[in-house]
Amino acid sequence: MEERHLTCIGCPMGCQLTVTMENGKVTNVTGNTCKRGDIYARKEVTNPTRIVTSSVRVKGGKIAMVSCKTKEDIPKGKIFDICNALESVEVDAPVEIGDILLRNVCDTGVDIVATKAVGCK
Amino acid sequence: MSQYDLVIVGGGPAGLAAAVSAKDNGIEKILIIERDNELGGILNQCIHNGFGLHTFKEELTGPEYAGRFIEQVKERNIEYKLNTMVMDISADKVVTAMNRVDGMFQIEAKAIILAMGCRERSRGALNIPGYRPAGIYSAGTAQRLVNIEGYMPGHKVVILGSGDIGLIMARRMTLEGAEVQVVAELMPYSGGLKRNIVQCLDDFDIPLKLSHTVIDIEGKERVTGITIAEVGPDRKPIPGTEEHYDCDTLLLSCGLLPENELSKTAGVTLSNITSGPIVNDALETNIEGVFACGNVLHVHDLVDFVSEEASNAGKNAAKYIKEGKSKNSKNVQIHAVDGVRYTVPCTIRPDEMDDKVTIRFRVGQVFTDCSVATYFGDELINKRAKKIMAPGEMEQVILLKSKLAEYPDLKDITIKIEEA
Ligand SMILES: Cc1cc2nc3c(=O)[nH]c(=O)nc-3n(C[C@H](O)[C@H](O)[C@H](O)COP(=O)(O)OP(=O)(O)OC[C@H]3O[C@@H](n4cnc5c(N)ncnc54)[C@H](O)[C@@H]3O)c2cc1C
Ligand code: SF4
Repeated sequence: MEERHLTCIGCPMGCQLTVTMENGKVTNVTGNTCKRGDIYARKEVTNPTRIVTSSVRVKGGKIAMVSCKTKEDIPKGKIFDICNALESVEVDAPVEIGDILLRNVCDTGVDIVATKAVGCK
Repeated sequence: MSQYDLVIVGGGPAGLAAAVSAKDNGIEKILIIERDNELGGILNQCIHNGFGLHTFKEELTGPEYAGRFIEQVKERNIEYKLNTMVMDISADKVVTAMNRVDGMFQIEAKAIILAMGCRERSRGALNIPGYRPAGIYSAGTAQRLVNIEGYMPGHKVVILGSGDIGLIMARRMTLEGAEVQVVAELMPYSGGLKRNIVQCLDDFDIPLKLSHTVIDIEGKERVTGITIAEVGPDRKPIPGTEEHYDCDTLLLSCGLLPENELSKTAGVTLSNITSGPIVNDALETNIEGVFACGNVLHVHDLVDFVSEEASNAGKNAAKYIKEGKSKNSKNVQIHAVDGVRYTVPCTIRPDEMDDKVTIRFRVGQVFTDCSVATYFGDELINKRAKKIMAPGEMEQVILLKSKLAEYPDLKDITIKIEEA
């Protein structure tokens, strides 16, 4: 049996959750005040995901960097790999919001898209 | 001198939403003046997501959220001037501005909306002892450097203050390869959103030390180390609790202050609690035809509320431009007491108010299992239970015109925190 402690981010209450697990399966969640805490805890211990936001260099753009994000959630464990992969990316201006800057980043099946329009210099 | 119906000072989310709403309410000659080289304000550097859940029902990044409003402004052919700084506003609504192309110029406006946003509290305001070496940045400056200019301010970092910008920057710098050693917060609670504490600190095992402050900064040319210590209830350092960290960078995230130099010289009365203008339910200041919205009015943590407030200011400015000065209607004072630090607006006009007016406020400390009570005079009108309220999250009470109409002699409304 294994216990994990989390803070629920569902609302400002920030309930302190305790998740009990057996062989990688959640057996119990305590400390939550509402159902949302339970759902959050189960997802967070079995398959935690995040949107990663960053910025990459633009060649010939009005500004030096264009902000970007993973189009969908990616596994939490891939955050650093993705940031490393973005370090070497450079795109050409102009860029529009939603343009794909990098396909299938780190084999997650998720694309990196621009979150800002950057015109040419 | 050129003439406009409405001049909006600041092209951040507040200025943009105000312009869109004024236009949609029938005002044609509108000018937005922005000192930066693009519209969007502070959102341009807030590249993280979490914006727009209320407005668009999806999670956007700052630039995407701004982008939607910039599009609306462009669709409506609303005029704007970039790289232009407003230097002065006079009480009779002459705006003096300056840029490289036009030089200094003046505009006569029928109405003005103040939407200048806020700036970060500087180190000077914080009184930290030690030298003044390089390597000390406000969190917002660091954010701009990393996200817009692509420059990393340092590699071993200590952050003072747990406001949202500090938390966001702890994650951002970690992802860019820096080692963020600790976030120290003077107060016994964080001023940041829970979600940011979990996703920016806990995710990366960055410790948050509450009731701690920086007591010494080492290094002459560049920061080389920082000493923090625990503080007692009097917020003074407790001897023997000192901890030393080697670092090359100190980020300060110690709160924001509305930027009201222009308002002051125009003669706008400011609140000494919010540092923003005192306004009525139309978001109009003491100067007729001068309105305020967004962070210049009071510091917001959610941009959705900025947009909502600004759109209201735009609508009211449009009404003023079309109908002229409002009738000399009676004002009811709204008092903030017992845990409620302030309210925006501060007064309400029962005869002219909208059917529904949102009163926003912040509490002065963390309250659990309490309620927000609204009194008309001495009579309790409404009591709403809240499991938790914290200074970091804005609260609201909604007042109905129909309810106020039942109290023709009403002079004072009081909003306070009571036991549940
Ligand atoms: C760093 C940071 C992180 C944030 N993170 C979040 C978040 O995660 N989620 C969320 O919902 N909200 C967040 N917020 C809050 C939200 O972004 C702000 O509340 C909102 O941007 C305020 O809008 P504004 O238009 O009032 O101010 P601003 O965006 O600051 O715009 C003011 C504009 O006025 C211009 N200006 C000022 N003075 C003059 C002058 N004299 N002449 C011409 N122009 C002038 C400025 O250049 C600026 O563009 C964050 C805020 C900050 C500061
Ligand atoms: S469990 Fe429910 S009440 Fe507690 S923090 Fe999560 S969402 Fe809020």
